[in-house]
Amino acid sequence: MGRMIYEFDFSSVLAEWPQFLDGAWLTIQLSFPATVLGLCIGTLCAIGRRSSVRPLSRACGFYVEIIRNTPLLVQIFLVFFGLASLGWHVSAFGAALVSLVINVAAYTCEIMRAGMDSIHDGQIEAAECLGLTKAQVYWHVILLPAMENVYPALTSQFVLLMLASSITSQISVEELTAVASHVQSDTFRPFEAYILVAVAYLALSLLMRIGIWAFGQIVFARRRKIKVMG
Amino acid sequence: MISSGFNINHLYFLLNGALWTLCLSLIAFIGGGVAGGVVALCRISPVAPIRWLAYVYVQIIQGTPLLVLLFVSYFGLSIAGLTLSGLVAASISMVIYVSAYLGEIWRGCIQSVARTQWEAAECLALTRAQRLRLVILPQAVRIATPPTVGFMVQIVKNTSLASIVGFVELVRAGQLINNSIFQPFLIYLLIAGIYFAMCYPLSAWSRKLEGRLQYKMRPQPNT
Amino acid sequence: MSIVVELDNVHKSFGTNTVLKGVSFAVPKGQVVAIIGQSGSGKSTALRCIDRLEIIDDGQIHVCGHQVHGADVDLRALRTDVGIVFQSYNLFPHLTVEQNVMLAPRAVKKRTKAEAAEISNRVLRQVGLLEKAQSYPEQLSGGQQQRVAIARSLAMEPKVMLFDEVTSALDPKLTGEVLRVIEALAADGMTMVLVTHEMEFAAKVADIVIFMHQGKVWETGPGSMLRDPRTPELKEFLAYGL
Repeated sequence: MGRMIYEFDFSSVLAEWPQFLDGAWLTIQLSFPATVLGLCIGTLCAIGRRSSVRPLSRACGFYVEIIRNTPLLVQIFLVFFGLASLGWHVSAFGAALVSLVINVAAYTCEIMRAGMDSIHDGQIEAAECLGLTKAQVYWHVILLPAMENVYPALTSQFVLLMLASSITSQISVEELTAVASHVQSDTFRPFEAYILVAVAYLALSLLMRIGIWAFGQIVFARRRKIKVMG
Repeated sequence: MISSGFNINHLYFLLNGALWTLCLSLIAFIGGGVAGGVVALCRISPVAPIRWLAYVYVQIIQGTPLLVLLFVSYFGLSIAGLTLSGLVAASISMVIYVSAYLGEIWRGCIQSVARTQWEAAECLALTRAQRLRLVILPQAVRIATPPTVGFMVQIVKNTSLASIVGFVELVRAGQLINNSIFQPFLIYLLIAGIYFAMCYPLSAWSRKLEGRLQYKMRPQPNT
Repeated sequence: MSIVVELDNVHKSFGTNTVLKGVSFAVPKGQVVAIIGQSGSGKSTALRCIDRLEIIDDGQIHVCGHQVHGADVDLRALRTDVGIVFQSYNLFPHLTVEQNVMLAPRAVKKRTKAEAAEISNRVLRQVGLLEKAQSYPEQLSGGQQQRVAIARSLAMEPKVMLFDEVTSALDPKLTGEVLRVIEALAADGMTMVLVTHEMEFAAKVADIVIFMHQGKVWETGPGSMLRDPRTPELKEFLAYGL
């Protein structure tokens, strides 16, 4: 029996574009809060990691190591199925968001920690000698400059987070990858459906990078101003 | 099958899955490593179209979730008329995934070898191939070892996605057990523990190597 | 006397910055030419152009019968005849001293391992470092590394050697050992072009001294020129040093 040459047909898949748009919107609804929360918690964790209070530093260290050495898929299953079996029921979206935040916070912690370690002690001493409070020193001399230094690494990390949100389709969160699964079962065009979704993720990655870059331009105005001064 | 609780047979089943996890990881690392080497060399090629092609390839793969890559491979196999196999689909998608990431890591390491080394080799009348082989690559390999070992951790973790297309590695093994005894918290906790046991030594080793070689920090994928 | 290196009206710019504005000079065989001048006068650039590490915008350069300007340059043939030693030595850190020296003769001139080893022994003895053959560059002092760099270039039996401020990165204590090697090479009849800040050395060893200023050859003459400068710019340069 001869093999039929496969005829690609994107039209039936493209016809479902409203569904894909809904899926993309949910991906954004997951990724954006996860990014913001992850950055905040990760930064707090980095502060804890650098603290001189040994138990705190070690606790943060354990948390980071456990998250970084286990797969996200398993983390998501633990939060969703595992907690449910212990009687604690959460929605799929809630479990997805919580898992993503816990995950990205651990990686953010390491990135911010490296950024903060790179700030010279001399800077901190000078600020303290100018009479700034501890909190002011932390914010203006350590945190903001650290974030500026590691901004490219943070950008890449958050884009990876958005791509990783595809895994939440496995607990029935109706984001972009889940939509592809539905569309392919309706149209019998799985290959085309997933190719389309790949393109959609590429577009989302690009948009996200532009958005994060623009945010950086506003927050870290110094660099922009220096460039303009030439 | 009626089972009341988690017993030793289940543990053996899980460990068997873990063995397949390591197997798939090895395939991904070796296949992806060879392909990644090609990608890295293309990225630094003096021929502009080759450089550009490699750049586009890396951007596409790095901008796509591994899960989507996996599905494309899986359904692509059936289009090509080959039998659907979770292992084959996972192997193909992971080799492609690893080639893009390792290729970029290695390109960075090659480019971090000082320009003056290129100049010195050039002035000794070595051909470009000789410069790469005798002077630049030996130094680049030293620089590349810590991040490569670190990336091995990503590979092991990413094999978990192969469960989604039916390949019985560690996560799938756990799901099968869970279907009969329904104790997801215990099972997934155990699975996490086994992954930790596999990954932590690699992470620690990578940090140790990094300590010996100071280099700038790189972001790690979440999965 | 045949001319080994000839620059004719060479121009070179980096972006909007014109570094060489019509440089011309000739290096006869067996002679030592020292190029001196302030930082930014273009002396290092002129030297690098000779070995085509920089590509000139206008003018002509001929080295050992090779054409170094224009599009079609046989780089391998050129670099087999020209040896260059850099300010930062640039030894290959992953190879021993002996391996550093033997690399090019084996890879380029296709010498056997035994032949290359013989060459290596000869040149290492010439620079006084035969006993360090099995050491790695990081185990050597700056002066020793620079001498190995000289040996590495000598192993290719070049027709002309270029030295780009080879003692500038060294501790003053260590410059002597390197200068002695260069002096010995000159005595052996090697054609050399040196960019240097060591005025006394230039006066003693150079047959021709070229003073470069603002991208041009400002004054040229024998070593004695440094004791008796004609142009006010050279007078000022010698009075105030670098």
